[in-house]
Amino acid sequence: MPHEQTAQALESEELVPPAEPHAAQESKKVETQADLSAEIKAMGDRYAEALKNGRGPETMPRLDYSPYRSSILRHPTKSLHHADPETIELYSPAFGHQDVHALESDLTIQHNGEPQGERIIVAGRVLDGDGRPVAGQLVEIWQANASGRYIHKRDQHPAPLDPNFTGVGRCITGDDGSYSFTTIKPGAYPWKNHLNAWRPAHIHFSMFGSEFTQRLVTQMYFPGDQLFPLDPIYQSIVDQDARDRLVAQYDHELTSPEWALGYKWDIILTGSKRTWTENEAYGDAGDEE
Amino acid sequence: MSKLAPTPGQTVGPFYGYALPFNKDNELLAPGSPGSIRLQGTVYDGAGNAIPDAILEIWQPDSEGKIVERTGSLVRDGYTFTGWGRGSVGNSGVYTFTTVNPGPTAPGAAAFISVAVFARGLMNRLFTRVYLPENEEALANDPLLSSLDPERRKTLIARRDADGGLTWDIRLQGGDETVFLDFQQDGSLETSVNADHSARVNQA
Ligand SMILES: [Fe+2]
Repeated sequence: MPHEQTAQALESEELVPPAEPHAAQESKKVETQADLSAEIKAMGDRYAEALKNGRGPETMPRLDYSPYRSSILRHPTKSLHHADPETIELYSPAFGHQDVHALESDLTIQHNGEPQGERIIVAGRVLDGDGRPVAGQLVEIWQANASGRYIHKRDQHPAPLDPNFTGVGRCITGDDGSYSFTTIKPGAYPWKNHLNAWRPAHIHFSMFGSEFTQRLVTQMYFPGDQLFPLDPIYQSIVDQDARDRLVAQYDHELTSPEWALGYKWDIILTGSKRTWTENEAYGDAGDEE
Repeated sequence: MSKLAPTPGQTVGPFYGYALPFNKDNELLAPGSPGSIRLQGTVYDGAGNAIPDAILEIWQPDSEGKIVERTGSLVRDGYTFTGWGRGSVGNSGVYTFTTVNPGPTAPGAAAFISVAVFARGLMNRLFTRVYLPENEEALANDPLLSSLDPERRKTLIARRDADGGLTWDIRLQGGDETVFLDFQQDGSLETSVNADHSARVNQA
């Protein structure tokens, strides 16, 4: 259960701050938000120009996005190698109710008391590129508390921890691909990318599809956040339409009277499930469901 | 091909450590059980430094080459091989898994494990493969490996250790950068890693 795991994870975690990116160590001058915003704007302008010249829209973050300083030494410099998925890649690990307890989707009941903050419901569907539901699959989330503090020991932000909030949830999608979490609206938090760098409030999401190639880890944001233009992680997706796909919508239908505000967010995984024919072709390879 | 635009990925960030790991996450098989081997390696950045905040997932057939689709990875019962595991690197950048040698999924096919890589500072997950080193003929005939030049091909083949285990390092950047795969066939521009290369500030 979430409790024990958290305790175990925390014990094995050492009390050391994360290594700063080397590039940041080498640079002498303090980088301000204005410096970063200028870089973000320049990259956005070049992308807008490319779009005008007929280039197709980008749908994913840039792996090479230097305003996020930690990415500088951590992105491949060679093009990703195009490959046709084969055998194991056309299947996905399976999860079920043995793996996840129904109560793990409610992050507000993991302790003896109620967590502080604004109670919310985040719900939607996991779909493939053809709009078909991804049923019976694992969704994992993690987030900061209402004050913008993670329970992770490496989080040094001097905001209060909440003894009644861990910030970890899981669920298995329904037949229609639906998921739903009850949680607390996370706070924005500072990080040390540059001077006065703040992350917009977000919930980390991890999803599996019906093929391993659809594996997705991302972050969900809240509508209207004033930090969007300033944040190198959000801005690493240079296309506005693509960025919008990470922003949940307030949904009054989902809001629960006298209880919690509702946010709706659907997730579209890349591509679509293997076709029946391909499935048959790999049947010989030993797939016995 | 696909009608709906995909949801973009984002970095796993620095704080996954209390959320994604779980008990026995990297033990697809109990250590020491018959047929178990250790798969291990180090994840490096472009300066050759080990990365202390990366997390990997492996997904593989069993030793007979059978793709199992069994639940129970998150709460392992000690018997069921599910084929999937998750392993965080330690402070020295080293990951380990206890697993089995994957079998070839068809006669004569090269046996490999599918790998997804996540890290702080890595904007989106990366896919790659690690192949068993032994069957040279199968490796030579493998569609992916034979499409790579020999220097790059090496990055996908594990080394067999004296104790029967496998060692395989991951290099996110640099001359001996690991081959990472793009599976998208839906026209998305996920390959545009160098789209802005000329404009990159000179910090790397
Ligand atoms: Fe975060």
